[in-house]
Amino acid sequence: MNKHKLTAQLKSDRAWPLLLILALAACHGGQVKTQEITVFAAASLTGAFSEIAAVFEAENEGVRVLLNFAGSSQLAAQLTEGVPADVFASANATQIDTLIAAGWIDPGMEIPFAANRLTVIVPADNPAGITAFEDLARPGIALVLAVEGVPVREYTDEIVAGMPPGFRDGFYANLVSEESNVRQVVAKIALGEADAAVVYDSDVTQDLTGQVHRIPIPEERNVTAAYLIAPLAASRHRTQAQAFVDFALSPAGQTILARWGFSPPPE
Amino acid sequence: MDVRTRTRSRYSRRFWPASRGDRALGLSAAVLAVLLAVFFILPFVALVWRALTLEGQVAAGDLSIVSAVVLSLGTTAAAAALIVLLGTPLAYFLARGRFPFKRALSVLVELPIVMPPVVAGLALLSAFGRRGLVGMPLAELGFTIPFTTLAVVLAQVFVSAPFYIRAAQSRFETVPREYEDAAAVDGASRWAIFRLVILPQSSRALVGGLILSWARALGEFGATLLFAGNLQGRTQTMPLLVYGALERDLRITFITALILLGLAAAAFLLTRWLSGADIDEDGDFSAGSG
Repeated sequence: MNKHKLTAQLKSDRAWPLLLILALAACHGGQVKTQEITVFAAASLTGAFSEIAAVFEAENEGVRVLLNFAGSSQLAAQLTEGVPADVFASANATQIDTLIAAGWIDPGMEIPFAANRLTVIVPADNPAGITAFEDLARPGIALVLAVEGVPVREYTDEIVAGMPPGFRDGFYANLVSEESNVRQVVAKIALGEADAAVVYDSDVTQDLTGQVHRIPIPEERNVTAAYLIAPLAASRHRTQAQAFVDFALSPAGQTILARWGFSPPPE
Repeated sequence: MDVRTRTRSRYSRRFWPASRGDRALGLSAAVLAVLLAVFFILPFVALVWRALTLEGQVAAGDLSIVSAVVLSLGTTAAAAALIVLLGTPLAYFLARGRFPFKRALSVLVELPIVMPPVVAGLALLSAFGRRGLVGMPLAELGFTIPFTTLAVVLAQVFVSAPFYIRAAQSRFETVPREYEDAAAVDGASRWAIFRLVILPQSSRALVGGLILSWARALGEFGATLLFAGNLQGRTQTMPLLVYGALERDLRITFITALILLGLAAAAFLLTRWLSGADIDEDGDFSAGSG
């Protein structure tokens, strides 16, 4: 009797890995019906793309959109390392070009879908008393920028390159931290830990009013950031990926982008 | 154990009467163990392999690795000095002293060991940031901590001191009180007792704890990134460079990672050696299971 019990116990013990495999297989089988597409998007698109994805999911039953926001350069680095994704939305052409050169995006698939302008932001209490872009070169200002390679930094460098040499030296001497994406830059200002930063117009969202204050960059000095979107060549859901790209370009997608402070793409 | 006895023990195991169930269980346990062992070993091998097979060279003018190594070694040395200076008395009072809320303090001091580093960074900002409890009055005096090399050191001390304090405290607790009493009867001052009785008996444990602390400080990432920011030459330590260079130059990432790995391995071997682990027994074990 006792021995029988023991063998029964042993048998059931040996059965559980099989049961586990069956259970896992069952779970996997159940998920086949919904299709998941992964969208890698520039950090500055966080608000706009979250809304676009929600509306896209509502209009396309059975499709789920997984969003990954980070600096465009970080996303491009992940994609070239083979992290699987279906769509890439970059804040500049450089990162798209890198991926085209490496074969991850087919040439000609990239389309401009939005534009942005740059602005200076300061904490709401403006501890350094900054009133103009020229003030950023004043000694003693704690300036935060995105790290080199992140699109917003490249646009900022472009603006600074057009300023007198004296300004350039003072400006970069004030740099206290280089963040991995533009939203981290905004956070440092919202926390009040730095005096000023250069970010996109669209980064000053509703949530941030009362925390950060915008100081416009003169129109003639400012540059336009062109955002591009493309499906990835290795995508396993090409139809859905293309549908998402098309939706971002559609009037509905463009309305959402405009609400989040983006302009239509340059012609 | 020499080869012959090992072989014999292997044979005797084979002839040991075992049920089929036992054998199956033993086999599946071995398979699971090998799976995990491979899972641990593979990433190291892959990291070294990729680092050694990367083509091209880091641009000659790129000093980011040099400045990160210098900064990391400098800040961790400062952190280690602070930890010894401040951590030794604290560990002593936690081991020997009698004061209210001692247990609570003991727990709080160890909390950073299990605290997510990014939370540690947020806590440090809340205390020493420009709008922090202490940071705000300091900022009004014209003294700001975030985004400075000092912030890097503070983050390192905060997350790594507990390793030293824990080692020191538990060692101090095991020094027999009679020795201290005897020295006290002989008229030794408290400082003399500490220096001549407790310290000589604890030095190994203290050095071991300090090396662990140092290794943890060297790898500090999350708290540093949040509290000290990221700027080459000022706050960009080696772990921050590993992360940051991923987007810029993979060679820099892998070379820095290799340096970090080497330093961590050296520190670990040193603590093993100090704690008197039997290397021979160890070697035999790995040969037997391999």
